[in-house]
Formats: sequence, C-alpha cells, structure tokens
Amino acid sequence: MKKLLNDPADAVADALRGMAAAHPELRVDHETRVVLRRDAPVRGKVGLVSGGGSGHEPMHAGFVGAGMLDAACAGEVFTSPVPDQVVAATQGVDGGAGVLHVVKNYTGDVMNFEMAAELVAAESDTEVVAVVTDDDVAVQDSTYTAGRRGVGVTVLLEKLAGAAAEEGRPLAEVADVARRVNATGRSMGMALTSCTVPAAGRPTFDLPEDEMEIGIGIHGEPGRRRVPLAPAREVAEMLVEPILADLDLTGGDGVIAFVNGMGATPLLELYVVYAEVAAVLEKSGVGIARNLVGSYMTSLDMAGCSVTLLRADEELLRLWDAPVRTPALRWGG
Amino acid sequence: MGRAGAHPGAALGRLSVAVPVDAAGLTAWVTEFARLVHEQRDELTRLDAAIGDADHGANLDRGMTAVVAALEGGPADDPAAVLKTVATTLIKTVGGASGPLYGTFFLRAAGALDGGDAGAFAAAVRAGLDGVAARGKAEPGDKTMLDALTPACDALDAALAEGRDLPDALRAAAEAAAGGRDATVPLVARKGRASYLGERSAGHADPGATSAALLVQAAATALAGGS
Repeated sequence: MKKLLNDPADAVADALRGMAAAHPELRVDHETRVVLRRDAPVRGKVGLVSGGGSGHEPMHAGFVGAGMLDAACAGEVFTSPVPDQVVAATQGVDGGAGVLHVVKNYTGDVMNFEMAAELVAAESDTEVVAVVTDDDVAVQDSTYTAGRRGVGVTVLLEKLAGAAAEEGRPLAEVADVARRVNATGRSMGMALTSCTVPAAGRPTFDLPEDEMEIGIGIHGEPGRRRVPLAPAREVAEMLVEPILADLDLTGGDGVIAFVNGMGATPLLELYVVYAEVAAVLEKSGVGIARNLVGSYMTSLDMAGCSVTLLRADEELLRLWDAPVRTPALRWGG
Repeated sequence: MGRAGAHPGAALGRLSVAVPVDAAGLTAWVTEFARLVHEQRDELTRLDAAIGDADHGANLDRGMTAVVAALEGGPADDPAAVLKTVATTLIKTVGGASGPLYGTFFLRAAGALDGGDAGAFAAAVRAGLDGVAARGKAEPGDKTMLDALTPACDALDAALAEGRDLPDALRAAAEAAAGGRDATVPLVARKGRASYLGERSAGHADPGATSAALLVQAAATALAGGS
C-alpha cells in the first residue's frame, strides 16, 4: 500500500483536521466526528443530516453548507457512523423545524440511523424523518438482497432537498422532495480497479488489466459481473441502458445527468464518458436538462465511474439552480 | 476448522470445573472473545474483502479493544452490568452493521440474564440471538452471523436438556457454531453487503458467521474452567 497517511488508523481523524483547517465556514467537532455549518442550527429551517462511512469524499462533509446539508457524520472508512454521532449531529442542527436524515441503503447505515432516531425521540421533542436512498439498478432482486444500494442519487437529493429546506419549507415538504428525487433517479456504476482500504492495506479485489467490474457499489466491493474491458462508448451503453429500462424514460423526458468518478479516474476520462452518455440519451430521445460531471461520491482510490439519471420537472430544476455554497459544490448567489 | 473439540479445555472433558456465570466469568468470556478477534483480525478482514467491504476485522477489533478497556474500570460484581457495558461500548465504537448487531446481542442478553447457572446463561444467549435476528431482519440461511449463533444456541439448549454440564454443553455449542460457519460457504447472501454480489457471494465463509463462531468458542474456553 502506497498512500499519503500518517497512521492508517488515524486516517479519518487526520482528514477531518485538514477539513477544519481548509474550511473555516464549517465547524468540525473532532470528538463526535460531526461536521456542521458554522451557523447551525439555523432558526426555523429544517436541518439536513447525512453521513456514512468515510472514503467517499467529498461525500458527505464536502456538501455541508448553505443550500445543502447542515451536518454530516463521518464514520470509519466504509463503516457507517455510530448512533451517538448521528444524535449529536441531529441535536446540533435542530432549529425548531425538525431534521431530515438522508440515509443510504446499507444495512449498517440504516440500523445506526434508526437507533439514533430512537434515541433522539426518547431524549427530546425534535421531529426526525428519515429518507433512505436506493437508486442502484445493479441490485435487482431485492427480495433476495438487502435491497438496492444508495449511490449517486444521494448527491442530487442532498442538493435538491437542501434547496427546499433553504427556502424555509416545512419538514414534510422537504421529505417529499427527497422521496420524489429517490423515486425518479437511478444509477449504475463500474470499476477499472479495486480500491485499497487503509486499515486492510491491500486492494480489496484483484482485477486483471483486460477486465472490468460492472454493477459496483461505492465500498470497493466487486460488482455483479466481470466482463472484458471495452471502450468508453460501450461502457456508457452498459451503464445507461439498464437505467433507461428501469426508469421507463421515453422521448420528451428531461433528466439531470450525473457522471461521477470513483476517485482515481481523471476528469478527461469522465468527460469522454459524459460525451458517450449524452450520445446514448440523444439516440433514445431523452433530453439532458442539467448535468454534473466530476468525482463527488468516491470509493477511495478506485478507478471507474457511475452514471445517475434523474427525471427532472420544473420544480426540481428550480431547486437545482438555487444557490449552493459548500466546499465541494457551489454555484449561484 | 470445525474441530471444536481440539482446544485444551476439551481434554478435561467432564472433569473440568465450570466457571460460574458471574461477572468474572462473563468478563473472562468477553476478554477471550477480544483476544480471538485480535488474533483473527486479518482473517476476518480477508473474508470481508471477498464478499463485503474489507473492514470487519478492523472494526470488531477496535470495538473489542474498547470493551476490554471499559470493563477494566467497570462494575466488577454485577453480571448484567458487565454485558450492558459490552453492548453500549460496541454500539458507540464499532459502527457499520456489526456495532448494532453485536451491541443488540449483548444488550438483550443483559436484559434476560436472571441468575448465575447454566440455564440462565443459555436463556440470555438465546435472547441475544433473538435480538440479532430482529435488528438485522435476517433468518438462518441468509449467510449472516445467525448461521453460527442459531445452531450454537440449539446445541447449547439440547446439551443442557440432556443433563450435560455447562462446559460440555458449550463445547457442543462451539462445534455447532463452527459447523454453521462452514455451512455458509456455499450460500448466496441475502442480507448485508454481500447480498449485492448475488451468486458471486457463494464460495466464501461469511465474515459475520466467522466472528460469531469465535464468540461461542470464547465462551467454551472461558467458561469451561481448566483451559
């Protein structure tokens, strides 16, 4: 393993120290490993809390700020945060209008957020609503699995629900926006290499030079199948077509198209993929209303990408265009 | 593997003297589990890398190290308090799925522990098992820790019902847990992160079942006396 670390056991703590130093507009509680907007709690505004394992940077702490999350809980690498962290974040952002938990559908994340919500309910009158993202079309037979994984849609959801909360809308409406985004967004990912978890010290799986994994998640786990390496044009088809089939998108629909890098793939390659994704969509008669290209939800040093398509309507586009001011995503205002 | 009778305590057979299921005995159990997890840390992570996300060994080791530290300063004479300390420490330090699942196991066991004899211990462990099943919404055959814990509880209850003493019954439980762990190899996972791999999850022992087998093995060693 060749990584820029001190002690692998201190990777998350050291990264949070760096984040605190780099972003004075955030408040980092090193004790609980919670990253908050400096002005949290914002009075009268619904608080948005997300979190999960570390190793997906800039997800989630990079999305804390005006127009997006109020707090993020950083777990150990690829390990969900513990309930105490979620409780601290929830209490830290409650401005009197309730708190929305954005949870990705992984067994550990769901259990720890559920336990935290129970603890909050037992200790205070803060209202908590949880929305679980499960947008990964690679996981199909949910009867025989833990259900679809929460992946790329989580980024879009945090932006869109964050904008709704920033407008001062009540918890029920912010949660509705979140659920609608999850219901109309789908993702599919692929990997060219494994990643190396610092504590494990070696690549999670071996992937020969001439093969790739299709249908991966964001934790360095292998995908649903391994296939021969193909050009970007074919990869784009392999990722987009299952999404189109699942979303039942037809001509005339507009989407927010998100091409996400897994951590070690250069922007040059992500734009190559985006061009091919756009071509596949054009052939299918699906218009791209907005887009996002870059590494926003990563898997440490994994090479590869994912594609997320979200069916857009006027309201979602308005929320998308609303100003956002976070370390990793900022525009407008 | 699967040779649960091979550890030193087994040679003593029925002559071994049971450690009473008191605070000291439970602390010895948990401390032995921590030792085994530390020793098997890399193996647990290797198993998790095959079908999960390569963190099970590191997480459980971190949690159990914290548990041992917490018990050193904790209440020495209240058995239920010992188990409760284990539970809260695991929930506060492990995260992922292992934290809530092992935490729930010890929390439910603490709540059910009523007395210091073998039957009380078996009932507490059974309550812990039920808690894990409820928290994880899983059942035997899903390729999870339940696949080791369920046969272990069944073997423990059956052996005690036959009139065997606790050390002997725990050895039977450890053997059943190891068998359950081995039986997860061909299974396709239906819960947890391994389930995302579908058919590709077959061919590897489940990391959760493997650590759960260590938990039962630790009980057989620590509560059998003599080893």
